[in-house]
Amino acid sequence: MHELPQQLVNGLLLGSMYGLVAIGYTMVYGIVQLINFAHGEIFMTGGFGALTVWLMLPGGTTMWVALPLMLIGAIIVATLIAVGAERFAYRPLRSAPRLAPLITAIGLSIVLQQAVWAWYPDAKSSVVFPEIPGGPFHIGSITIQTGDVFLLLAAPVSMAFLGFFVKKTRTGRGMQATAQDPDTAKLMGINTDRIITVAFALGATFAAVGAVAYGLKYGEVNYRMGFILGLKAFTAAVLGGIGNIYGAMIGGIVLGLAETLTTAYIADVPGMSQLGGQSWGNTWAFVLLILVLLFRPQGLLGERVADRA
Amino acid sequence: MRHRQLIAVTAALAAGALTLTACGSRDGGNSAGDGGNTTVVIGVDAPLTGDLSALGLGIKNSADLAAKQANEKKYVKGVTFKIQALDDQAQASSGQQNATKLTADKDVLGVVGPLNSSVSESMQKVFDDAKLAQISPANTSPSLTQGPKWAEGQKVRTYKSYFRTATTDAIQGPFAAQYLFNKAGKKKVFIIDDKKTYGAGLAGTFKGEFTKLGGAVAGEGHIDPESKDFSAIVTQVKSSGADVVYYGGEYPAAGPLSKQIKASGANIPLVGGDGIYDKKFVELAGDAATGDFSTSVGAPVESLPSAKEFVANYTKAGYKDPFAAYGGYSYDSAWAVIEAVKKVVDANNGKLPSDARAKVLEAVQGVSFDGVTGKVSFDEFGDATNKQLTVYKVDGGEWKSVESGTYGG
Repeated sequence: MHELPQQLVNGLLLGSMYGLVAIGYTMVYGIVQLINFAHGEIFMTGGFGALTVWLMLPGGTTMWVALPLMLIGAIIVATLIAVGAERFAYRPLRSAPRLAPLITAIGLSIVLQQAVWAWYPDAKSSVVFPEIPGGPFHIGSITIQTGDVFLLLAAPVSMAFLGFFVKKTRTGRGMQATAQDPDTAKLMGINTDRIITVAFALGATFAAVGAVAYGLKYGEVNYRMGFILGLKAFTAAVLGGIGNIYGAMIGGIVLGLAETLTTAYIADVPGMSQLGGQSWGNTWAFVLLILVLLFRPQGLLGERVADRA
Repeated sequence: MRHRQLIAVTAALAAGALTLTACGSRDGGNSAGDGGNTTVVIGVDAPLTGDLSALGLGIKNSADLAAKQANEKKYVKGVTFKIQALDDQAQASSGQQNATKLTADKDVLGVVGPLNSSVSESMQKVFDDAKLAQISPANTSPSLTQGPKWAEGQKVRTYKSYFRTATTDAIQGPFAAQYLFNKAGKKKVFIIDDKKTYGAGLAGTFKGEFTKLGGAVAGEGHIDPESKDFSAIVTQVKSSGADVVYYGGEYPAAGPLSKQIKASGANIPLVGGDGIYDKKFVELAGDAATGDFSTSVGAPVESLPSAKEFVANYTKAGYKDPFAAYGGYSYDSAWAVIEAVKKVVDANNGKLPSDARAKVLEAVQGVSFDGVTGKVSFDEFGDATNKQLTVYKVDGGEWKSVESGTYGG
């Protein structure tokens, strides 16, 4: 168990990434009750947006200059795609039965994956992503990679920004109102179409930040990176209580910790050595989800918005 | 997830059905009588897209090169060779669909591929039922030729239609173990695999030999190659005090794994089989790859005199992708089919007999020629008789061969 502190950090990092992506699921669900299954792919396009910026920069650019530009590139690409998807794929179906936009989202996810696969140069397999130079940092027995520092900073900063935005700004309060009752919100003079667009754009922004963190952490991006991660992030959103932005982050971290710790330690439990390892880690994460939903169907933090009939 | 797969499968089925009808309508005019030129199709199945496409495209191009060379030299009189390459995306289900599609085209007299042992498992029966010869340039799982109980010594050949030019894991794993223990002085290993047929098999045979030699196993773990976060296992590797990591699996996961191991501060090499012997591994792992080892089947293609011509022709043909780890073996696999067709045609007064597939299959078992990778012939199980292996090491950003040898048992 002497490696426990390091495993906790591993789980925290993985979980923070899930959390960043989960925010997009939870915000869109909270406002339009749509599970945007294409969100994982929006995350992926963000990664490729950042990569494109890096490839366009002259060789030898330091990461201190490149990283902010890459971040902006990622956010622009992901936001454009998310807002475009909302405008052209989901909005025409807003009054349709709920299954219609859900299937559309699944279709869109396949389309985005295949589009990147087909048209992005050399994206048929993993593409190398730049790294932040500089050695790992050691704190006691814990090692933190340079790339992880970005994630450690980005996740809390993003959460603080989002909390401020939703609570304090006019648009943010408009979002809360739309989530509670879209018809009444409209009557009160809130442009709900705009609010929904903003929700998609914000979700995409956080996914883009997550995608840059992914690239820095694992040193590669690929056209399928959003598939499994999107599923995990959706799970995190449900675990934390879908519709609740803090729940998404908490859910992500709990999921990340659960996955890491079960991968590392289940095999040590007597008689359980067959159930250890990473593929079982996923199973244990979902066992946790089922347990939480059995006792708290609304998720860890619960849904703050009123459920519509 | 299920939903998406369902949709993907439906789309694939629909597309497959469309192509099948297209094939059917084209077939008619081909088998025109004597004197006319007969077309023989060599099917190719490999992952042409996705993570493993670097290896798959090398297989496809090399088989294509063999067909072109045979046509150019008019190697079999009156027969023009053509390849039909299908993409299996390294998925067993796609492989089986492709196998069915290839058997449905009566011009296909032999198949080269696939890359993955797990894909082969799903294809073998389809080909066997159709008596269509299948020669894999890359499958290394021993059970494909010697049956599921090969490890207990009950070697039984399950499918008469299956051959391979690659060496098996039963040899490759122990070969790596002997090199690491005797030559590299590694005594304490951490074994990781991806739970696939290839990876788990390789890790198993490696472990058997390494412990037999007196080496210690510091720990074992399994990773999910779809995920790229291996931090939990990497932390265990570091604290286990192992001086080497053996990974049974392929380069898309091995690259990031090697990188994460080095980044954690554990400065120990990662060793794998032919599945990580690709330049994409070095790209994905970056500087961390330096000092990592791999074993691969046969002697290094570039160093064999017989291979010089292959490399020159490959370059001349101007393929966009390199021939990768299995190029030479793919060329030899395709050439084995060509050789067999020649034998059958020659024995039948220069024409293809009506039961061409069965005859070609019979002929493949008996082929013997000097190929790119050395002498090509098959033993009673369909395995290559050439059992040479090579150890490679990453040095200066590329794989360099360290030593070649045969595993003595």
